[in-house]
Amino acid sequence: MRFFAHANYKFIEQRKKLYVVSATAILIGIAAMVTNIFSIGSWQNYGIDFTGGSLVQVQFNKPMDAGSLRSALGGGYVITRFGEATTYQIRAPLGEQTIDQVANSIQQKLTTAFGASAFKVMSKDLVSPKVAGELLRKAAMAILFSFIITLIYLAFRFETRFGTAAIIATGHDILITLGFLAIFRMEISLESVAAVLTIVGYSLNDTIIVFDRIRENLHKKGARKRDLIELINASINETLPRTILTSGTTVAVLVALLLLGGAVIRDFTVVLIMGIVVGTYSSIFVASPALVEIQKRWGEGKIREKKAKASPATA
Amino acid sequence: MFKTVRGRLITIFLMVAVAGWQLYAHGLKLGLDLKGGMHLALEVDDPANTMSAKQKSDAIDRVERIVRSRINQFGVQEPLIQKEGGDRLIVELAGISDPTEARKIIEKQAYLEFKLVQPVTQVQEALPRIDRAIVSALGVDSIRKLGAAVTASGQNLQQLLFGDTSKAGKSKRDSAAAAAAEDSASALRPLSALLNQGDVLGTFMVDTNDVPTVTEFLALPDVQRILPRDEDLQWGSEVVGRGTRNYKRLYVLTKKPFLTGDMLENAVAGRDPQFNESQVEFTLSRAGGRRFEEFSGQHIGDYLAIVLDSTVMSAPVIKDRIGAQGVIQMGNSPLSDAQDLALVLRAGALPVKLKVADEVTVGPSLGQDSIDQGEVAGIVGILAVIMIMILYYRFSGLLAVLALGVYVVLVLGGLAGLNATLTVPGIAGIILSIGMAVDANVLIFERIREELAAGRATRTAMDEGFSNAMSAIVDSNITTLLTALILFNFGTGPVKGFAVTLSIGIVASFISAVFVTRTFYLIYVGRKKASDPISI
Repeated sequence: MRFFAHANYKFIEQRKKLYVVSATAILIGIAAMVTNIFSIGSWQNYGIDFTGGSLVQVQFNKPMDAGSLRSALGGGYVITRFGEATTYQIRAPLGEQTIDQVANSIQQKLTTAFGASAFKVMSKDLVSPKVAGELLRKAAMAILFSFIITLIYLAFRFETRFGTAAIIATGHDILITLGFLAIFRMEISLESVAAVLTIVGYSLNDTIIVFDRIRENLHKKGARKRDLIELINASINETLPRTILTSGTTVAVLVALLLLGGAVIRDFTVVLIMGIVVGTYSSIFVASPALVEIQKRWGEGKIREKKAKASPATA
Repeated sequence: MFKTVRGRLITIFLMVAVAGWQLYAHGLKLGLDLKGGMHLALEVDDPANTMSAKQKSDAIDRVERIVRSRINQFGVQEPLIQKEGGDRLIVELAGISDPTEARKIIEKQAYLEFKLVQPVTQVQEALPRIDRAIVSALGVDSIRKLGAAVTASGQNLQQLLFGDTSKAGKSKRDSAAAAAAEDSASALRPLSALLNQGDVLGTFMVDTNDVPTVTEFLALPDVQRILPRDEDLQWGSEVVGRGTRNYKRLYVLTKKPFLTGDMLENAVAGRDPQFNESQVEFTLSRAGGRRFEEFSGQHIGDYLAIVLDSTVMSAPVIKDRIGAQGVIQMGNSPLSDAQDLALVLRAGALPVKLKVADEVTVGPSLGQDSIDQGEVAGIVGILAVIMIMILYYRFSGLLAVLALGVYVVLVLGGLAGLNATLTVPGIAGIILSIGMAVDANVLIFERIREELAAGRATRTAMDEGFSNAMSAIVDSNITTLLTALILFNFGTGPVKGFAVTLSIGIVASFISAVFVTRTFYLIYVGRKKASDPISI
């Protein structure tokens, strides 16, 4: 069995249209972030890992709706359904109280409303604002450092133009991921930072595979005579079976996790799936075109845009 | 050793054997989210910020030792206790059934002191000045609010203790005007109005409702300055009922303890045979016993206060020389409280007060759900990978799947060997690195197919395929590994777990794809002639 064995798609020629697609996606995300600033007071829906606060998870014997929970608890609490309609996360703002006091007062209110045997407390989580601030700083540092280190590595292994193009593609993926998180107001937790960093890794990985092939083709005999756009197109097409198969397999595993893995990692998995789709897209439609643009503007001449001949890709 | 197929097979066998042995010997440690339990981050409680970073760090080092010893005595399996970031202590107790009790044991400072009870005279003399200091510090209005609510209780106690004397009679006779005068007078002497004469030498009695107010007054810096230098005011633990009201004793004690808990050798919980009340019997060390004996001999007839964490547990009169033995009475608290106290006394006192900066408790059933769901998802995911690989690459796919089997053993063995904890994000990290392992195999197989399509002989195609795919595999593995290492460095808790499994996974996937798959391939292709087709 073989997919895309002799693929010869003209990816680069389509790039202008896809710039529009990418730009639109990014703009929608930014619009969502701005909307969030006005509606929830922060560009992302930070979880207690980053804001500080306490979170109590309760499970009821029978399905419960958020409305009756809300009226039982009164104001000041953020109530989210966690998986099935029996499990809820109740987030209380951080006061001077200890987690036990918060949990006890929630427990009391629920007992008054539904009876003591109707529910049980599954987990309690308390983060002080100081720890939260530290976590946020560490997360930002982690993303920044992974960028810098990767750039250095790519500059060392490839050339600067490849490194720059890879960073552009990764930046694109991060922006779209952040936009996605903002649109759905998914809670930003330590796990979602891990997810974003995984996407960074995956997207780079995907880009590197394509770039590795471009580099190889550039070093082949007669490469100087080939048109760069045609060469890059050929490289993308040559790696296409691998790209599709790997992304497909990873997404298949993640879909299994999403459907069967339970509520604890649901958000994490959704972000990863989205990121892998975007990462695959960007290695073809953002990283390689970025390389062309860089070469066209700052490259050593020679590169003219012309209609590539319909030569079959080496396969 | 890597040159011959036999050498390669032996290497693979050894790796699998070592990994399997690690897994067997150490087992997989499951994180809180999988097993349930409690995570605590403790910091030095230093609201006035009087300690330097170095002092805090040293204090946490000592706290770590004591907490470890307490938890070991408490009997938790494999606790994770580690210092983080200089001034924080992380305590993780997986699979614990009673987090509240565990928390009490960890947090209790357990600072035991022995002090002498002093007569109240010095404090009484200072009271007018203290009252004035409180008025000038807090302002008349705020005190009047407090004062109005509490004066009545003071009068009642006077009546109960000393009968309905002239004072009570006067207040009955006088009407609203006198009450108002009384009210403003008490507002001007905010503290002394709340302190009633004690029932035992060296104590005041305070209505339990007024205890927070008095505590607040006493904590004022201006008041601290006026209080006698060599004396301390500390609350008793006992609640004394008088009529309908409840009172707490406020003891006047020597500031310096003549003995502290470091001189303690053993502590055992038990019950008082006479009243069947909980108590902790302690034994002092030799040196401590000598000092205790000498001191008590000099102070026969005085009252001895046994103070635990700034609370007077009891203050018996010294009837005779006391040796190395003593008792802390706990009234009608349950025996389990006495057992906890005995435990923390044995383990030693914490050098500083701690506060909880971060706490997570996960119920065991939630953990079990996560495991079950993770298991099902993992199995389905792996089956999907196996199916795709075999459908797409036929026999070569099967070889890759076998190599993945080696990969799984290596990852689990690596986790066990490094004593890493498996968490839910950790499982995600493993699944992601399975993706990387599959990717490496796909890269190799695609290259082999390309070489075969270009008309190379089977053996050459295989060699070329592996070596051409190498640079891409190395680059992608290294960039992911770099990201994982950065995550490990900056991450905490779950993110760290993810980074650890991802790093181990990448190394294992590299070995699996590049070395193990190739070995299987060498065996497979080795049996064929150059022109035979291979199943790919």
